[in-house]
Amino acid sequence: MDKYIEMIRIRFLMMLAYRTNYYTGILIYSINIGAYYFLWNAIYGDKQEIEGLSVLQMTTYVAVAWMARAFYFNNIDREMADEIKEGKVAVELIRPYSYLGMKTMQGLGEGLFRLLFFSVPGMVIVWLIFPIAFSAEPAVWLLFLVSITLSFFINTQINLLTGITTFFLFNNTGLIRAKRVVIDLFSGLLLPISFFPVWAQSIMGYLPFQGISYIPSMIFTNGFTRVEAIEALLFQAVWVLILFLPIHLLWTLAKKQLIIQGG
Amino acid sequence: MGAIEVRDLRKEFKAYSSRSGLKGAFRDLLTRNYKVIPAVNDISFSVKQGEMVGYIGENGAGKSTTIKMLTGILEPTSGSVTVNNMNPHRERERFVQTIGVVFGQRSQLWWDIAVQESFRLLKKVYKVSDEDYNNHMELVIKTLDIGPLLDKPVRKLSLGQRMRCELAAALIHNPPLLFLDEPTIGLDVLVKLKIREFLKEINEKYNTTILLTTHDLTDIEALCERVIMLDEGQIIYDGALKSLKEKWGEGKEIQFQFLEPAELKTLEEATSGLQVKWEVDEKKQVFTAFTEDNEETISQVIAKTVMAFRIKDVNIDETSTEEIIRNIYEKGMV
Repeated sequence: MDKYIEMIRIRFLMMLAYRTNYYTGILIYSINIGAYYFLWNAIYGDKQEIEGLSVLQMTTYVAVAWMARAFYFNNIDREMADEIKEGKVAVELIRPYSYLGMKTMQGLGEGLFRLLFFSVPGMVIVWLIFPIAFSAEPAVWLLFLVSITLSFFINTQINLLTGITTFFLFNNTGLIRAKRVVIDLFSGLLLPISFFPVWAQSIMGYLPFQGISYIPSMIFTNGFTRVEAIEALLFQAVWVLILFLPIHLLWTLAKKQLIIQGG
Repeated sequence: MGAIEVRDLRKEFKAYSSRSGLKGAFRDLLTRNYKVIPAVNDISFSVKQGEMVGYIGENGAGKSTTIKMLTGILEPTSGSVTVNNMNPHRERERFVQTIGVVFGQRSQLWWDIAVQESFRLLKKVYKVSDEDYNNHMELVIKTLDIGPLLDKPVRKLSLGQRMRCELAAALIHNPPLLFLDEPTIGLDVLVKLKIREFLKEINEKYNTTILLTTHDLTDIEALCERVIMLDEGQIIYDGALKSLKEKWGEGKEIQFQFLEPAELKTLEEATSGLQVKWEVDEKKQVFTAFTEDNEETISQVIAKTVMAFRIKDVNIDETSTEEIIRNIYEKGMV
């Protein structure tokens, strides 16, 4: 376990090594939140409520969805693709650790860094500028914390899956890009799932994506009843378990037919 | 049981070939032509603990593929590999604890952070105790002279500095077996010497087994008593470097530099009747005569050459290892 914790520390150091990324990140997220704030205000107009969400809940939803994204989002799929394409994965395989486990830890290190130095201060700034309703209930905060932890795992598992496909496709830049768009859309980051047409919602119920952004954001904005919230957490947890299966399968296959590119 | 036992090891790759033209490209979408090519073709050898072995061969002979199977990265198509009494691929995580690997063309340090942070992580990864780390790494850091580099990020190091750090990183857990895949590629003479000295030292001190692939034969000459030579996936020589030299390095080479421009043809004519083969370097400066190792012939060649041209410099050498290896590569057999 020691080595995995050390990896989180290393990731912190790497994030600190590139300060510009950090500052531009804050800027980009603020612009996004601002843009969606004005967009939703225009959509609501005089209406008090759309699909059960008030305009105040909606702004909170947008702000918290983006701030949570800072935590669960990572680029380990692209990193894996690069490592596989350049043959660096050879170096990873001569170390006594699980490659996928280490990648997950790197993602977690990155996520924790952003959560502490980016989301929390960012949230304070956003709260000062826009009207946002924070829940006073500790239970909501607790449910939210459990929920974003699970979103991190679902998102990371999907990233690992995408990354592993590089072993078979050799160049999967397109797939990685497509995956990112799919996640931003179907996870509920851009539009709450309850705003989708009913038939789309029912399809979405069979996919893991809403476990990434919609569920934690809805919990935070009090958009769910307590029972709904617990059910949503179960939905996330089940998907975390299910996703282990294809990862394990693909990884075993990948190791068997591994070719180290570039000699 | 030796450090490395390899029996009938084989690794095949599928080599895809594209059909030509637009029509061919469309057909490739459906079915692709491929050939199965054995990169390593049923090789067997064993290495004893404490041996330093040079593993040589042309580009594409299968050296790196073998190393990747020995280190557990690739799974063999057939045959058996036992390294440190383990199956490298099946017991990967436990196995890699007992080996150190340096890939000359790939860094295993983290690019953006200071060298010592990489070391610290590796120390945790290999579960090295503080005591062992201090005892062992103090010597490594001193011998490789990397103390002043430890707080610099890897991307700011020169190749030579980085390579010394890579070597230190591979030795953090003091492994009984070390794989070096072209460790001296692109390094200057001083760094090369330092690395060789260091390898000798750890071999003596810890009885570390070292398997080395390189294209720089001076590395092999300085370090290894035994060489394994690979050609097209097969072992064509496995034995002492000395007997390879004795068997193949029978002749002598005499190098001439002349004061005036010379021609190969004139030289050949001047020494006709003698057992001699002439060659000239690309700059047309150094002319080399290959002869048998016989004082009479050598004297005659020199005498006749001196008569033909005025001489600036003469050198008599044994056939170099490089020459021997080149001959073997060209003929493809021993």
